[in-house]
Amino acid sequence: MLSYLLAIVIITLIYLLLSFGLSLQYGSVGLINFGHVGFFAIGAYTSALLALSGVPLLASFCAAAIAAGLAAWPIGLISLRLRDDYFAIVTLGFSETVRIIIVSEKWLTNGVQGVPGIPRLFSSLPVGFEAQLATAALLLLVCAAAAFTIWRIINSPFGRVIQAIRDNEDALKALGKDPARFKIQVLMLSAALAGIAGAFYAHYITFIIPEQFVPLVTFYVWMAIIIGGVGRISGAIVGTVLLMTFLEGSRFMRDFIPGVSEVEMASLRIGVIGLLLVLFTLYRPQGLMGDYTKR
Amino acid sequence: MTFEAVDICKAFDGFEVLRNVSMSMPLDGLIGLIGPNGAGKSTLFSVISGFMPPSSGHVTFDGVSMNGMSASTRARAGMVRTFQVPKEFSHLSVRENLMAAAPGQAGENLTGLFLRPGLVRRQEDGLRKRADAVISFLRLDRVADSSAGLLSGGQKKLLELGRALMVEPKLILLDEPFAGVNPVLIGEIMERIRELNGRGIGFLIIEHDLDALTRLVSRLYVMDQGAILAEGEPVAVLADKAVRDAYLGGEA
Repeated sequence: MLSYLLAIVIITLIYLLLSFGLSLQYGSVGLINFGHVGFFAIGAYTSALLALSGVPLLASFCAAAIAAGLAAWPIGLISLRLRDDYFAIVTLGFSETVRIIIVSEKWLTNGVQGVPGIPRLFSSLPVGFEAQLATAALLLLVCAAAAFTIWRIINSPFGRVIQAIRDNEDALKALGKDPARFKIQVLMLSAALAGIAGAFYAHYITFIIPEQFVPLVTFYVWMAIIIGGVGRISGAIVGTVLLMTFLEGSRFMRDFIPGVSEVEMASLRIGVIGLLLVLFTLYRPQGLMGDYTKR
Repeated sequence: MTFEAVDICKAFDGFEVLRNVSMSMPLDGLIGLIGPNGAGKSTLFSVISGFMPPSSGHVTFDGVSMNGMSASTRARAGMVRTFQVPKEFSHLSVRENLMAAAPGQAGENLTGLFLRPGLVRRQEDGLRKRADAVISFLRLDRVADSSAGLLSGGQKKLLELGRALMVEPKLILLDEPFAGVNPVLIGEIMERIRELNGRGIGFLIIEHDLDALTRLVSRLYVMDQGAILAEGEPVAVLADKAVRDAYLGGEA
């Protein structure tokens, strides 16, 4: 049981890294990114393949962050001059492209068969509880560092310009600053965080296939930050914890709801989340942790 | 050291908003631009400042052609504009508005922010002093820590001027700096503009308050229906028959 709880904690923390990035993008510079899972996938495959070819995990994790961050650069360069909704579509297309490349480039990624036998973190510890605990602790540390980094950015000269972009892009251009440059940096940083999340995911699950990187992952993260409150570190935390608790916890709910089969339960879960999203956007668009003084 | 716009044309769907507009001024000049509503003054500003591409024609600034340059590049080259409706950074304080406008801050780069914290701190301290100097120059001390969104219309106009000053421009394009501003504050803003011009900063000013403008500028351009109608010394221009017909409806 304890081991199962730890597994939930680890997955939640991995999702938290994804939420931090998306929340920073949308909450600070208003980027609607529907392709976050693409960077997650790039991180997972980069670290997994490097580790399998003998690269130490510390280096493969760094490579995952760098690869995902660099992948964001051309996306930002070509699409940030587009309007918000077009950016959303371009990023969605990007993440699907990444997935299809992973499916087709069998020589590198083994296609739909996936990559098995990815080395675990803390392989020196006995498999099971200790290794899991160490992984969870490391993840917690990484999440704390990510939260601190974001906090530092928001309260810095960079954060000041980000707020200025939100208030009035044209005024910023008139003063000689290029909003796109700041957006690209935010995009790359968030992508790097997603890359690290992907690496943790790959080395925790130890077996990755393209089907794990479908757009639903991106939208789970969106659900989390909408429920928790966009643009706030606390919002990302609360939203992610609630969403993951619900997703996991609802597995057991079937015992209490009569006449619902396993398959129907899966649909019911999505249905409940959908209803929650509708209610939140209608009655509490700022999320649970949002500014309580505004509607 | 001149600013020149040559044969600027701008058409929207075949409708000509600017027709062969040419103007030139020394970079330390103090020039007014007037004309009835819809004459194309603000459109001309947008074209000059790079917010809109011209259909034809070009702009040179200090001997450099600005064709194809983005708005932000033109501002960095030393030509900063303000807007008819103030575009303050409403969630930032007045001081932060000014600080956000200053170029070349290491802390505005993620790498600089995390790799050179000492430099960032020193720059921030220096920047705060510069911003405070501009704040007291513009007499905005009492609202320095207020959110810019809460300022009065006149204060926002001053704030926009202040932000432009933080860029250390050679030429400032002011779009209706006196609109919606109370008479006392208009006098104040005029005083500041004169003082800045005395330090060598050029101004090109769109304004409907002819009384104030003629006392301020040394030369006037008059636009009507997308073209330059007249230019010259303010009193002479305003006495011109064509200008009176177009702008003042012939009666004044």
